[in-house]
Amino acid sequence: MKKQTIAPEVDMMVVNAPLIANHAKAGNFVVMRLHEKGERIPLTIADSNKDAGTITLLFQKTGKTTEELGMLNSGDEIRDIAGPLGHPTPVKKYGHCVLVGGGIGVATLYPILKALKARNNKVTAILGARTKELLVWEENFREFSNEVLVATDDGSYGRKGLVTDALKDIIDHRSVALVIAVGPIRMMQAVSELTRPYGIKTMVSLNPIMVEGTGMCGACRVNVAGKTRFACIEGPEFDGHEVDFNGLGSRLVFYKKEEEVSLKRFKRKCKK
Amino acid sequence: MRYRNPEKRKADFKEVSLGLTERQAVKEAARCLQCKKPRCIAGCPVEIDIPKFISFVKEKDYLGGLRTIREFNMLPAICGRVCPQETQCQGMCILGKKSKPVSIGSIERFVADYEVSLGRIDLPDIKPSNGHKVAVIGSGPAGLTVAADLAKLGYDITVFEALHEAGGVLAYGIPEFRLPKKTIQREIEFVKGLGVRILLNRVIGKTQTIDEFFNDGFKAIFIGVGAGAPKYLGIPGENLNNVYFASEFLTRVNLMKAHHFPVYDTPVKKARKVAVIGGGNVAMDSARTALRLGAERVYIVYRRSERELPSRHEEIENAKEEGIRFRFLSDPRVILGNDAGWVRAIRCEKMRLSDPDESGRKRPEPTGKEFTISVDQVIMAIGQTSNPILVRSIKGLKLWGDGYIGIDREGRTNLKGIFAGGDISTGAATVISAMGAGKRAARSIDEYIMGR
Ligand SMILES: Cc1cc2nc3c(=O)[nH]c(=O)nc-3n(C[C@H](O)[C@H](O)[C@H](O)COP(=O)(O)OP(=O)(O)OC[C@H]3O[C@@H](n4cnc5c(N)ncnc54)[C@H](O)[C@@H]3O)c2cc1C
Ligand SMILES: Cc1cc2nc3c(=O)[nH]c(=O)nc-3n(C[C@H](O)[C@H](O)[C@H](O)COP(=O)(O)OP(=O)(O)OC[C@H]3O[C@@H](n4cnc5c(N)ncnc54)[C@H](O)[C@@H]3O)c2cc1C
Ligand code: SF4
Ligand code: SF4
Ligand code: FES
Repeated sequence: MKKQTIAPEVDMMVVNAPLIANHAKAGNFVVMRLHEKGERIPLTIADSNKDAGTITLLFQKTGKTTEELGMLNSGDEIRDIAGPLGHPTPVKKYGHCVLVGGGIGVATLYPILKALKARNNKVTAILGARTKELLVWEENFREFSNEVLVATDDGSYGRKGLVTDALKDIIDHRSVALVIAVGPIRMMQAVSELTRPYGIKTMVSLNPIMVEGTGMCGACRVNVAGKTRFACIEGPEFDGHEVDFNGLGSRLVFYKKEEEVSLKRFKRKCKK
Repeated sequence: MRYRNPEKRKADFKEVSLGLTERQAVKEAARCLQCKKPRCIAGCPVEIDIPKFISFVKEKDYLGGLRTIREFNMLPAICGRVCPQETQCQGMCILGKKSKPVSIGSIERFVADYEVSLGRIDLPDIKPSNGHKVAVIGSGPAGLTVAADLAKLGYDITVFEALHEAGGVLAYGIPEFRLPKKTIQREIEFVKGLGVRILLNRVIGKTQTIDEFFNDGFKAIFIGVGAGAPKYLGIPGENLNNVYFASEFLTRVNLMKAHHFPVYDTPVKKARKVAVIGGGNVAMDSARTALRLGAERVYIVYRRSERELPSRHEEIENAKEEGIRFRFLSDPRVILGNDAGWVRAIRCEKMRLSDPDESGRKRPEPTGKEFTISVDQVIMAIGQTSNPILVRSIKGLKLWGDGYIGIDREGRTNLKGIFAGGDISTGAATVISAMGAGKRAARSIDEYIMGR
């Protein structure tokens, strides 16, 4: 395992996992557990290299497990890692695709971008962040996209405002075959609401709480088109026009109290 | 059998049943009539020579008894604890006609635990390696049985398990207070002692594929991936916060040790009033787990009557002693939530049982009367179905029902070199029936490879 910090609170990690690298497709993720007492958490396979037998993960330190992951050093081992999980993104020739990424969502979008380009799609990427220094992997996106637009909340880089403003400009003026949005729930919801009246197919990648990630527990269930679906095997991508975002949002805060307890306890232990 | 005091045991996760003492075991063994045509054997899915092993116990040769059992069953410490004996071996015992059947399961458990107390493992003879590689997918009772049986015959066995721990439902489903983790670990050590390799975190169909296995020189493949996907009722409110599928609830506690949160990182919600929907082993386990997490009131909501409860009888008794409340003839209609999206109650319809239908089964019929139980947690334990990951990755594999693998009596699928058994071919069943299927499959894999 090799690790590098690429933005405040965001680390990039290259993990030696030849079997996973060999089968990884756009849209796949892994579930890992750091140690005996650790929680299993899902992380998207942001990039993979069959020849080197490695996968790349990008993660944002949002709680106990990701903080702990951030404290590993190059050369350390991850106790358990299973994958590639999830239903791969269906990739074919669509035409003009717009990828909308918020924050750490770029990790999910990058392999999708590469796969779409491999099938000769024209891709516009819209990357959003709160501020300039939180923007990650812009160069990678520039390498593969036909066009990259950046939006920051504070206007420190690119245009000031939301990714939806940039997206609206595009769909008002150009034809778009497919939109894929990955990022915070509210952002994905806003993108889906924006494209709905235009009838543009919009896929979003959901991030419900997961336990084992193999379709066995039902923790990751989300309501899509009125039906219960398991994100770890039927997703994580679903049609944004059919997703019950409010239900997802409510389930995501289910363990908020426990997450705080866990993080506080961890920070206290680290200080000692 | 000795049990811990209900008031004490419901406050922790330690084993509820203490098993037989040596004296009790010998005395119980002496009750067996050593029938010429033993009916009990027909009741055991792996056909253990029950009178023979019991006769060893009567003579106080416990290891002899254990050796006899292990000719048929590699996991006696587990089966002795979790088999539904009342419908299997003991249900058929001749003594049961007039009085109480011989407590076969308890004696089986006793000899297995006896070996543990000696701190040794008696490995059977293993034939010299024949160089043939067989892949076993899933490390539940079916997979472990195939692995052990073939390893004894000299095969080179690799077991591939999706989770980070081996054992299948034994590891992630059945709670510690019924089947201690160290008991499972020991039985797995036994299987490993036969030379079986177990590789964890391998989600077959994703991490590796069946085709790759054949290319890598595996001669045959056994699929024992269980029926792990939870069923849902499809009633309003199922996605509210604090509505769990039993599989998630039990996995958090058993596999992830959430009852030790925050020492262990995975949390589980503790609730005051809990309704568990269902009446099988999974429902009993969920209810008693919720109780041990500190719930004040736990209801089992079941749509038929007490007589139809599919759970092991012993666990129903245990659950009652621990104060689990039963609401029979009650069918959930809607789970009600508060404004923040959390459970606050469950509304059920009162049912009554019909006259028996053609199959002789009484069906629950609605009465139109509804009632509400106020609860802050609901656990759905209404069954499991097949998991599509592996099954759908194999082209041409014949399936039936909800995606179960079709096999013949000998565990053969319609595809050459691919065998299957356990819950993935029958639907959710029992530990010992999964092991029985494993035994038959092991036999036909041996025949297949040896060209007989
Ligand atoms: C399919 C999928 C792919 C993901 N890919 C990435 C990625 O590439 N990079 C990245 O930084 N994050 C990713 N996430 C989110 C990541 O899993 C969570 O940030 C992580 O689990 C947080 O754990 P924690 O202990 O650090 O924080 P916690 O304090 O436990 O939680 C912080 C937040 O993360 C969410 N979360 C907590 N536990 C889980 C869990 N077991 N499963 C899912 N979400 C959880 C909660 O909503 C919570 O609000 C992905 C999630 C999913 C479902
Ligand atoms: C809570 C609960 C309580 C129970 N209580 C009892 C009881 O008291 N008595 C009794 O007799 N029975 C009981 N049962 C039923 C019994 O446990 C099952 O019938 C039995 O475990 C089935 O065995 P199996 O080997 O077919 O599958 P499982 O035990 O389900 O094992 C299958 C294994 O395969 C793994 N797997 C799945 N997919 C893949 C993949 N793609 N790649 C690799 N590995 C994979 C799974 O992770 C799992 O470890 C209970 C079940 C539950 C859930
Ligand atoms: S394995 Fe189960 S059914 Fe067979 S004898 Fe033992 S307890 Fe009875
Ligand atoms: S049927 Fe009962 S009495 Fe007869 S051999 Fe079996 S256990 Fe003994
Ligand atoms: S995470 Fe368990 S079913 Fe999806």
